[in-house]
Amino acid sequence: MSNYTYGESRPALERVSETTRLAQEAYANYDQSVQMLDRRGFVGTVLSASALVLGVAVNPSEATAAPTTWQPSVYLGFEADGTVVIMAHRSEMGTSSRTTLPMMLADELEADWKKVRVEQALGDEKYGSQNTDGSCSVRDFGMAMHKAGATARTMFERAAAQKWGVQPGDVAADQGKVVNGKTKKSLTYAELLPIAAKMEVPKEHELRMKTPDQYKLIGKKVPMLDEHNIVMGKATFGMDAKVPGMLVAMVERPPVYGSKVKSFDNTAALAVKGVQKTVELPMFKQPHLFQQLGGVAVLGDSTWAVMQGRKKLKIDWEKSPNDSYNSADEKKFLLDSVLKPGKVVRNRGDVDAAFATSAKTHEANYYAPLLSHAPMEPPVAVAEFKNGKVETWCPTQNPQAVQEAVAAAMGIPKTDVICHVTLLGGGFGRKSKPDYVVEAALLSKATGKPVKVIWTREDDIKFDYYHTVSGMHMKAGMDANGKLNSWLFRSAFPPIASTFAPGMQYGAEFEVGMGLNELPYDIPNIRGENCPAPNHLRLGWMRAVAHVYHAFGIHSFLDELAVLNNTNYADYMLKSLGPNRNIDLSKDGVKPWNNGQPISKFPISTGRLRRVLEQVVEQSGYGKQKSGNGRGFGIAAHRSFLSYIASVVEVEVDKNGKVTIPNVWTVADCGTVVNPDRVVSQFEGAAVFGTSVAMLGEISAANGRIQQSNFNDYQVARLTESPRNIQVSIVPSKEPAAGVGEPGVPVIVPAITNAIFAATGKRVRDLPVRRTKLV
Amino acid sequence: MIELKVNGQTRKFDGDGDMPLLWYLREELSLTGSKFGCGMGLCGACTVHQNGEAIRSCVTPVKAVAGKHITTIEGLSPNGTHPCQVAWEKHGVAQCGYCQAGQIMQAAALLKKTPKPNDEQIDAAMNGNICRCGTYTRIRAAVKSAAGVKA
Repeated sequence: MSNYTYGESRPALERVSETTRLAQEAYANYDQSVQMLDRRGFVGTVLSASALVLGVAVNPSEATAAPTTWQPSVYLGFEADGTVVIMAHRSEMGTSSRTTLPMMLADELEADWKKVRVEQALGDEKYGSQNTDGSCSVRDFGMAMHKAGATARTMFERAAAQKWGVQPGDVAADQGKVVNGKTKKSLTYAELLPIAAKMEVPKEHELRMKTPDQYKLIGKKVPMLDEHNIVMGKATFGMDAKVPGMLVAMVERPPVYGSKVKSFDNTAALAVKGVQKTVELPMFKQPHLFQQLGGVAVLGDSTWAVMQGRKKLKIDWEKSPNDSYNSADEKKFLLDSVLKPGKVVRNRGDVDAAFATSAKTHEANYYAPLLSHAPMEPPVAVAEFKNGKVETWCPTQNPQAVQEAVAAAMGIPKTDVICHVTLLGGGFGRKSKPDYVVEAALLSKATGKPVKVIWTREDDIKFDYYHTVSGMHMKAGMDANGKLNSWLFRSAFPPIASTFAPGMQYGAEFEVGMGLNELPYDIPNIRGENCPAPNHLRLGWMRAVAHVYHAFGIHSFLDELAVLNNTNYADYMLKSLGPNRNIDLSKDGVKPWNNGQPISKFPISTGRLRRVLEQVVEQSGYGKQKSGNGRGFGIAAHRSFLSYIASVVEVEVDKNGKVTIPNVWTVADCGTVVNPDRVVSQFEGAAVFGTSVAMLGEISAANGRIQQSNFNDYQVARLTESPRNIQVSIVPSKEPAAGVGEPGVPVIVPAITNAIFAATGKRVRDLPVRRTKLV
Repeated sequence: MIELKVNGQTRKFDGDGDMPLLWYLREELSLTGSKFGCGMGLCGACTVHQNGEAIRSCVTPVKAVAGKHITTIEGLSPNGTHPCQVAWEKHGVAQCGYCQAGQIMQAAALLKKTPKPNDEQIDAAMNGNICRCGTYTRIRAAVKSAAGVKA
């Protein structure tokens, strides 16, 4: 029944699978000599929410068969008692998307929030992209939530008007009921359900959206739905999933990427009480995508038994082409690679000519190591293969990628993979790569039982999809007054693209588009170059991705230039930004990646960047505060994930070189903000995450083997190492909602190293800071 | 046979006494509030109380707690009314929430021993508990709020 389709019908979108899309994107860039790009990026872009969602048919037969329940949208249903059921189709890993999107729908619906039940959606392409990655949940799905809420509200209002025999304009929805403006009588949504469910669905242009002054939830502090369960220890994470009869499994994976099992002896392992069997997992085939690494699994009745058994496995590994991979050599290679011309990814004017005529030039090289995501909950998944189908319970950022990856591994259609999404004990990008779910599915098939694969912390640190290592070279030319006239920016990093297209040595569009080809400065000569770098590991995106190292290079260098010219970063950057304008990168041969969003909707605004910079200077007293003698202030301002962020960091360096961070000030312009306290919390967390990156984090390989294993040697910031106070200010804005989860990270790293320079005179160009002797 | 009390209830275990308490709690008793984070006592996600003191259950063999009283997050209060739990909600501490049971148990043990902790005491007590989401400033505020000391 067409009545129950939602809004106008729209032509079906071409559906491109997540993995296909990633592979296409990576291969497509392979032979490009110059970055002139027409394709869209991959982070949450192909399935545009507003176009897709409202065209979806919604269970008409059920609605007519059972008129007291009603599902007017894939995101929204009503139970007979009036309970509003909202589907959370994005994953919850701490950003509050599971609360924030439903609260937008509930607000527009005029629902009583206390009567809303949020259900976690299964993986299903009918919801649009569920890839909770790229800081885009509100940006991409906010409007869909509003439309779903407004449509149902309008139908309740019309149902009440019909029942009372009055005009729809005479009634108004209010917190789960419709009130007659004249008689003040009211009918609850529950009472109106049978009528509303049979009404014609209003056209989109007939919808009257609430105005911001009418919002009851949006813009307010709304606690996370799971908060009480979390403090009670009752929230269910992937680690807590349990299925009757399941076996626990751990996998001994190849110590070097690309190595295979030659032979193994499981006698001692099987002798451990509680161990049931061992299963060899085949090595992945290129391209790697989200396949398992391979190795030998030990399965048994309990985690403890399996841990003991695993230690007793004897495995002989084949040689791998990556046996000679050493991080020390790679660092030299990268820093050498950026001294030679690379692939031009942006060109304005002629930097070489400008350098030749500049009154002065300055150059510097920067290095940032491999990093591991290290979410507090290591990868874990339960899967059951039964009757040709797989059912899985897992903490994933991307349940549709789970469907695709598991389907490909098992040779079944992806619709036969049922993916239940648990809460995630942290994600940071790691859990959008479902190799661990593939392992569980393969092991369930091999054993005929449900299997829970648990990664130890050591597994997590040693077998991650790592945040890549990078070398950068910067060179700038200035006139006699220190005004910038030219900037060369070279970056070499084994690309994430190599995970999807083996052999790739150049960054995919999204990697180059994160910082390398979009310097916002008013400089007549700019060249961006991407220098080649081969991969020796699985690489993948981590919170803020390529912005992490690119922002470190850009804003460290800008600070160096400011110091060279006897001024400070803020004044120098404000001068270098030039007049308020939107940057047109197309003049420089660049189609901006821009997170896959149109530049017309999300322009690169120097005015917004200037504003956050000025505001953070004012709030922190940067420039007025005295630096030196072990105390220093550092600053950085950067646009990423379509948001504009500036942070000031205060550091203290004691006589032993120990760094503490008494204060961080962050000013964030992320466009429209829905749940302000949760946005603030994301920027607080970003300051800590950035502290880990700047001060502590380093993964390294020797003879192809990762040298770190747990939080003793892969350190992340603890309470006393983290900023003691973090003041976050959100710029009030009516601009479209932009990113929140990631953009707080990139600024923190250079703000810390710039502060350390101010405190000690030591310029840290190699991360992490702890490798540099500061006093 | 190992006998111990968990959240006030007597429990008997005749399995491998070397098994870490964490796995006993999670897999034998289905008390999954205590989390696995590192398995080496480095992160604190598995923190429970042994006779009122915070211990890392991931490196504590079951046999070592024979005859002891173990309290897990599930047994801290019947309805989430422990001052730490209340403060955690008031300050919106949790992001992903995975480490927070351990954080709360650590804080609760601190306040039991030191009802009005100063900054140094809070730092010393809480520094062993990692939060990768970076909720530390709110953890500190919540501990102070639960203790009724000035922020």
